[in-house]
Amino acid sequence: MDIKGKVWKYGSDVDTDVIIPARYLNTSVPKELAKHCMEDIDENFVDNVNDGDLIVAEDNFGCGSSREHAPLAIKAAGVSCVIANSFARIFYRNSINIGLPILECPEAVAGIETGDEVEVDVDSGVIKNLTKGQEYQAAAFPEFMQELIDAGGLVNYVKKKVGTA
Amino acid sequence: MGMTMVEKILAAHSGKDKVKPGELVNAKLDMVLGNDVTTPVAVKEFAKIGLDKVFDKERVAIVPDHFAPNKDINSAEQCKMIREFAHEKEIKNYFEIGDMGIEHCLLPEKGLALPGDIIIGADSHTCTYGALGALATGVGSTDMAAGMATGEAWFKVPETIKFVYNGELQKWVSGKDLILYTIGDIGVDGALYKSMEFTGEVIENFSMDNRFTMSNMAIEAGGKCGLIEPDQTTLEYVKDRAQREYTVYKSDEDADYSQVIEYDVSKIEPQVAFPHLPENTKGISEVGDIKIDQSVIGSCTNGRIEDLRVAAEVLKGKKRAPHVRLIIFPGTQEIYRQAMHEGLVDIFLDAGAAVSTPTCGPCLGGHMGILAKGERAIATTNRNFVGRMGHPESEVYLSNPAIAAASAVAGKIVSPEEV
Ligand code: SF4
Repeated sequence: MDIKGKVWKYGSDVDTDVIIPARYLNTSVPKELAKHCMEDIDENFVDNVNDGDLIVAEDNFGCGSSREHAPLAIKAAGVSCVIANSFARIFYRNSINIGLPILECPEAVAGIETGDEVEVDVDSGVIKNLTKGQEYQAAAFPEFMQELIDAGGLVNYVKKKVGTA
Repeated sequence: MGMTMVEKILAAHSGKDKVKPGELVNAKLDMVLGNDVTTPVAVKEFAKIGLDKVFDKERVAIVPDHFAPNKDINSAEQCKMIREFAHEKEIKNYFEIGDMGIEHCLLPEKGLALPGDIIIGADSHTCTYGALGALATGVGSTDMAAGMATGEAWFKVPETIKFVYNGELQKWVSGKDLILYTIGDIGVDGALYKSMEFTGEVIENFSMDNRFTMSNMAIEAGGKCGLIEPDQTTLEYVKDRAQREYTVYKSDEDADYSQVIEYDVSKIEPQVAFPHLPENTKGISEVGDIKIDQSVIGSCTNGRIEDLRVAAEVLKGKKRAPHVRLIIFPGTQEIYRQAMHEGLVDIFLDAGAAVSTPTCGPCLGGHMGILAKGERAIATTNRNFVGRMGHPESEVYLSNPAIAAASAVAGKIVSPEEV
């Protein structure tokens, strides 16, 4: 998977209420959700994010509610990958289920700043900071999760299992 | 080496004798839950899977509670979609307005969440049912769809942190204060990916309502679930409600915990969590002068009958401060009715409160009590993130119902001792 873009960097405990505030959850259309992505912590994000850009954050990214609207909004906003020190459990699960690439890599988080140009190979977990000329290695996914990712998310995986694929 | 409760439940549901933390298992589900925000996405994903039936009509619960009664046209469309889905798939546990309650108050009350269960809910506070000794955890909509299709879900067996609460409770200190204190101590990711187990003499003496409040907020410490071992109190609670067979699992004496944390509760005073994270806790004596515009009592954290009783005890014969909006929303219709029978609703109305039909309403900044820019609320809910109850520049302080009630009277955050 070819991922390359500019980085939007945030701190710790970015919660799902700021990723997509509940006041917009009366719809589940990803493009509608994307219009309000991150607006409560960064009002410049939606107007300036470009297809392929990455979000990089510190600890516990995506904490709070179980709303799948959060990874959906991020994905529909054009973000290609989220890199963090750690993810909240449900956000992690949801991202894998819907096929939003996420990587845990504290070295990358420490080395990358807002605006850096970054390239990621999700399969190998290699993250290249083109602006700074650095390279980092993210932790590998457990085998079962890699299977889910390779299947293209949980729905495709289940289709194979129940024989509707 | 023995097993913890959670390990035993996962082993039993995945056909194994033993499981270890870190292991990935595929487990059978006893109940799959969704609400009006998360179910619409699940319905779309379910359609993609291409099955015409859910795995078991009795084991899916759908509760329109977030933006219901419908707050606007979009919400009405979402509720309509899930109503039609429930009808078409003949889902038995769909709860229409009038029977509905806040999902996490409702499911235990209806005997749909039971000891030893594995329950996934497309709502993060599904962990509430840990109070009954169930492995209940929040997932997203796609997991809900897959769960409805197959009756199974994948889990990583979590490590368990054991919390032990001993000592004498101070006046006005409740389950809410112990869980806020715990989150303040370990942080909002202190139990990330882990199971929390609440034990000790204080928990043993707690009512079910206090236990639900504690398990409800396990997610606010990043936990996968927050379990309490079933005992006489649990069995009493489920006795006349249980709609199925259930199994009681207890942790072995020699079970392996990643950490054991002990608290002497006699040192814990009522807690207030400052904006914008539940871990920003202070004892009530350290709060200082914080004026409020609104007090919200209710939610899946503190919308049960005992919570309303405590609020009424504080509010009896008093009036809210003139500039404060006091909004009280019982968790379910049954709790509402009980509050009426006990005369609590009269006390609330006399105090100048708006008493609402059960709904999530203000808790997630949905409707029925949204904050304007710069406004401040004290709330018995579970989250005080930026914009949680309205404008991104509004503030939410979390507390127990006694503090929220007293603060409504004083117009600022105070202990019931001061009103
Ligand atoms: S009351 Fe609040 S926390 Fe509970 S389910 Fe509703 S929105 Fe979520």
